[in-house]
Amino acid sequence: MALMRVSSPHAHGSYSTGMVMRQVLLATLPGVFMLTLFFGFGTLINVAWACLVGIAFESLALFLRGRSLTFYLKDCSALVTCVLLGIALPPYAPWWLIAVGVAAAILMAKQLYGGLGYNPFNPAMVGYVVLLISFPVQMTAWAPPRGLADVPNLWEALQACFLPAQFDGVTMATPLDILRQNQGLLMEDLWAQTPQFGRWAGIGWEWVNLAFLAGGLWLLYRRIFTWHAPVAMLASLTLMSALFYAGGSSSSGGSPLFHLLSGATMFGAFFIVTDPVSSAVSVRGRLVFGALIGVLVYLIRVWGNYPDAVAFAVLIANFAAPFIDHYTQPRVYGHGKSGGTG
Amino acid sequence: MSTPAYSELTLNGLWKNNPAIVQLLGLCPLLAVTGNVVNALGLAAATTLVLACSNTAVSVIRNVVSDAVRLPVFVMIIASAVTCTELLMQAFAFDLYQILGIFLPLITTNCVILGRADAFASKHAVAPALYDGLIMGLGFGVVLVMLGAVREMLGTGALFADMQLLFGASAASWKLVLIDDYQPFLLAILPPGAFIFTGLMIAGKNLIDSHIKRRQDALKARPVKGAKRVRVTGTIS
Repeated sequence: MALMRVSSPHAHGSYSTGMVMRQVLLATLPGVFMLTLFFGFGTLINVAWACLVGIAFESLALFLRGRSLTFYLKDCSALVTCVLLGIALPPYAPWWLIAVGVAAAILMAKQLYGGLGYNPFNPAMVGYVVLLISFPVQMTAWAPPRGLADVPNLWEALQACFLPAQFDGVTMATPLDILRQNQGLLMEDLWAQTPQFGRWAGIGWEWVNLAFLAGGLWLLYRRIFTWHAPVAMLASLTLMSALFYAGGSSSSGGSPLFHLLSGATMFGAFFIVTDPVSSAVSVRGRLVFGALIGVLVYLIRVWGNYPDAVAFAVLIANFAAPFIDHYTQPRVYGHGKSGGTG
Repeated sequence: MSTPAYSELTLNGLWKNNPAIVQLLGLCPLLAVTGNVVNALGLAAATTLVLACSNTAVSVIRNVVSDAVRLPVFVMIIASAVTCTELLMQAFAFDLYQILGIFLPLITTNCVILGRADAFASKHAVAPALYDGLIMGLGFGVVLVMLGAVREMLGTGALFADMQLLFGASAASWKLVLIDDYQPFLLAILPPGAFIFTGLMIAGKNLIDSHIKRRQDALKARPVKGAKRVRVTGTIS
């Protein structure tokens, strides 16, 4: 929803919400392509099914709230939420799992709070976390990347989604899981002994992350968001992993490069942390917000119980966003530090 | 203070002033033990018993206790009632007593009970006080059991599991499996699920209330039958 305020200097050319959302959708394409290349059609089916269900839920909620269907559907915000959720879910997830996640994201996290612009939490991440704590078995089953096992073809992928009982899926621990459960192997030995590791991080994962980085940089170039939050997040994650790298010892948390190119780091940094609604608003606030997420991601990844941490870190930071905004409010020109004229 | 009619007490306890979804009192046990029907039912029965006993006792002594020391006296009465209830559950439903654990002694600190003792029982005669305790306990219990049923259904796909804990061995067969091969929806059983479903119940109550109000307003706005405008122009041929 664009807030049309007509006042001087009547500058034209700013983006409407719908245009912003469509460019975000476009920017996910390289990442989705890489996910499809390495893990098969699972992600594509996740995204397509999530969008279908998401539009249905959004229409239902808008109808119940007596809002204009075409106006609110055209801003594409529901589509963005569903695409992001579909990307975050493990490929070959059953249809009901995706539907429950989309319902939590669209109905609970977004529409119950009053629709786009009023949601204190990132809807896609709420959907993801609801699924992660409700169905841990299905949510931690990641397919092995191409090269380590046969990737299901399109027909098998459709079967996995819509007839899950007949699908005989193969799953494998992700590099982050392996590192989390490493007991006493030096980093070098772990790298040499485990087939899942590639050049810098996990096979497939490094390219997926680089693709999301490319999409994110394009959005940055298009000025869809500012650099502050993503850069702060990546910087603090790098700093944390450099501090606790411990020279590649057996208690190491993994190298900075590994953490930057693993799991949902780049996807989170450029597509989740930059959510304009649920993040901090001021420039300094965004720096704090992003840095907080980076630190939390590292803490949860290395010492927490869950394999990846971006969703939890983002939700915790969403809680903190109003608090961060309160302390980083920019000073109005001509006013003193205490808010009075000075 | 004039004694309200029993019908008004009933309406208050069950709907208009429901302790769980209007006053939002006793949320701690409400959120913690409503993972299934049997736990909810056990706690609802215990709370109702305590409420009835404490309300009666407080009403009996209301004229001999001075205002300054009334709260400690009430709490002593409530604590005694809770201890008795606990011993009763130990005797007749020991397994359930172990499952409910700390939440039985915690009934002492349930704000519903002290609230009713101070706001109602200390100002009214024994019979209305006892009735108020029973009906408030019932209102609390109904919400507890509904919440337990919804969470058990969504969380496990079954209903009325483990009823033998409360009703003896023959109740073991009461379990209804609604959906075979159900994937447990853990969120419903975990504490956040309790918050979400309590919120939805409150929303549902507000929806029904606003619907009733709208219908009443529409009834009021309807013109009185028989009233007619006086015709001032033209003639009827």
